[in-house]
Amino acid sequence: MNEFSANSSFRFYTRLHLSELTGYKAFTLKELLKILNKISGSSIYYHTHRYLQQHQYLSPEPPNDFAYWVKEGLGEDKLAERLASIDTIQFTSIRELRNVIINTIHKYIKENPQSKKRKANLGQEFHFIKSVSFVLYTGYEVFNLKEFCEVLSKITVDSIYYHIFESRLRLERGKNDFSNWFENSLFEKNLAEEIERLDPYTHTMEELRNTIIKIIKKRIKDDQN
Amino acid sequence: MIKIDDYIPVVGQAVIDDLKRVSEKLKDKKIKNINSTPVGGGVAEILSRLVPLLNELGVLTYWDVIKGGKSFFEVTKKFHNAIHGKKEEINKKDFEIFLEVSEENISQMLVDEDIIFIHDPQPIALIKKKKDNRWIWRCHIDASNPDKKVWNFLKKFIINYDAAVFSAPAFSSPLPIRQFLISPSIDPLSDKNRELSKEEINAVLKKYGILKDKPLITQISRFDRLKDPIGVIEVYKKVKKNIDCRLLLAGGTAVDDPEGMEVYNEVLEKTKHDKDIIVLNMQHNDLEINALQRASDIILQKSIKEGFGLTVTEALWKAKPVVASNVGGISLQITHKYSGLLCYSIDGAAFAVKQILNNPKYGEKLGQNGREHVRNNFLITRHLKEYMLLFLSLYYKGDINNI
Repeated sequence: MNEFSANSSFRFYTRLHLSELTGYKAFTLKELLKILNKISGSSIYYHTHRYLQQHQYLSPEPPNDFAYWVKEGLGEDKLAERLASIDTIQFTSIRELRNVIINTIHKYIKENPQSKKRKANLGQEFHFIKSVSFVLYTGYEVFNLKEFCEVLSKITVDSIYYHIFESRLRLERGKNDFSNWFENSLFEKNLAEEIERLDPYTHTMEELRNTIIKIIKKRIKDDQN
Repeated sequence: MIKIDDYIPVVGQAVIDDLKRVSEKLKDKKIKNINSTPVGGGVAEILSRLVPLLNELGVLTYWDVIKGGKSFFEVTKKFHNAIHGKKEEINKKDFEIFLEVSEENISQMLVDEDIIFIHDPQPIALIKKKKDNRWIWRCHIDASNPDKKVWNFLKKFIINYDAAVFSAPAFSSPLPIRQFLISPSIDPLSDKNRELSKEEINAVLKKYGILKDKPLITQISRFDRLKDPIGVIEVYKKVKKNIDCRLLLAGGTAVDDPEGMEVYNEVLEKTKHDKDIIVLNMQHNDLEINALQRASDIILQKSIKEGFGLTVTEALWKAKPVVASNVGGISLQITHKYSGLLCYSIDGAAFAVKQILNNPKYGEKLGQNGREHVRNNFLITRHLKEYMLLFLSLYYKGDINNI
């Protein structure tokens, strides 16, 4: 066992998802706010993370469905920018994220009361959808950084997505699973911090995969020298 | 016969591995699909591809077809149009015919499998035969603005299902059962979408006498007013004022659509003095459509109303820059300025076409993004995965399920 070997192994899981229609829809900001207050966390999660999954090879903007709809459906560009720049990475629960979205819209309506009158055309309304996740073990279990890199380069982006986004925010583990394992099993605190410092929301999933692999490979190389 | 591993070069080994993992969870389930026709139409086309793949993955899947005579299918055609929002004369007798034929199917058809997957309204009444197994109703139609009388009639059946599936959020309606969003898909290995050699493309261009000496703008669609071929000609005329180009309008006319020939003749009349407009009323030929799409510089889809818009999916898959109306399922496929250009008018469409023709690099980028978007979201492998997850969702009720 070399110094990168773990006290416990890392098992790669994957998360596949199905979109469930909630039946809620909004034509105005007021309606959007009302539904945002009561809709399930799985819907907030869906609309703030869908782009990351569906646009894996694009520049990852716009980062959430709310920002996109406010701009394209209502023509409220300033609010769209505010919603788009919400720094999702700083939140560790959907509840916190929901509150910030609601407060941002609330504040904007207060400053711009005329925005309440804007109404999306029929067919351009916002449909609330929620994410139903199915989590499966991929069969890959690794014990050291080298093996970790090998598996990371071949698993689906769904698996990376699960360990980086879903575990941290939706399952409220506080940190992404990779950093947790690096720190607590490999005792690689610096590496864990470096991965945790990455803002995954500003990368496409493929970029994120390559960046993490690069950081780990550098760590392995540094140790060899 | 296409095998599941044939898709590895298109979507990667890991995606296929995931499909195999999910299928393991359905090993003990038997699934039966039921629709109204074994051939012809989008539903039969996709089932003919999905059913063998599910079986290859070890998910025991059957496909059965209901019986129904001319009068039954005339009624269900009216239902179909009415769900699309078209005004139809539907009387008491029509509903009686529907119920009568449905009863015959109910008495004859075996529906003992674990999951019964009903496609579209024709077999919807079979739900009366539901026991303790699970039933799903899949609506392939744009039901965003259905005729209330027909919808309320169908709703009495729908509410007894365990779940319903729609192709776009706007197509769904308030229902007391779970509703899922599953988009249709294209098969990248089919004749309509597979890679073609230059020789294959050129042979088709030669057959139809299409020169490639200037940019080619193409709309592939039936000659149907809802596809707005006259609007497309107007777009072309506006573009032509600034950029020399050619327009290709290619499609067919459905035998059961008397309006089709009328629209086709109207298009011919409008275009008879312009040699740069090519109008092709074609027999069904997937490979030729594929070649025409690939030979084009821009694909237009200026529909007034659209279901999901699979012709857009096909064009995006071929990495073509697409200019399309923001209707139906098109907005799920094109993010404006990222993977294509959306428009609302003839002027808007003409401006978008000129933008792309004057900036080929921009068009190229839109096309590349469009292709990757389709790769990730609208290929048959994604459809297969979501159908399997849909089956599992009948047994797992949570938002996060460890399976």
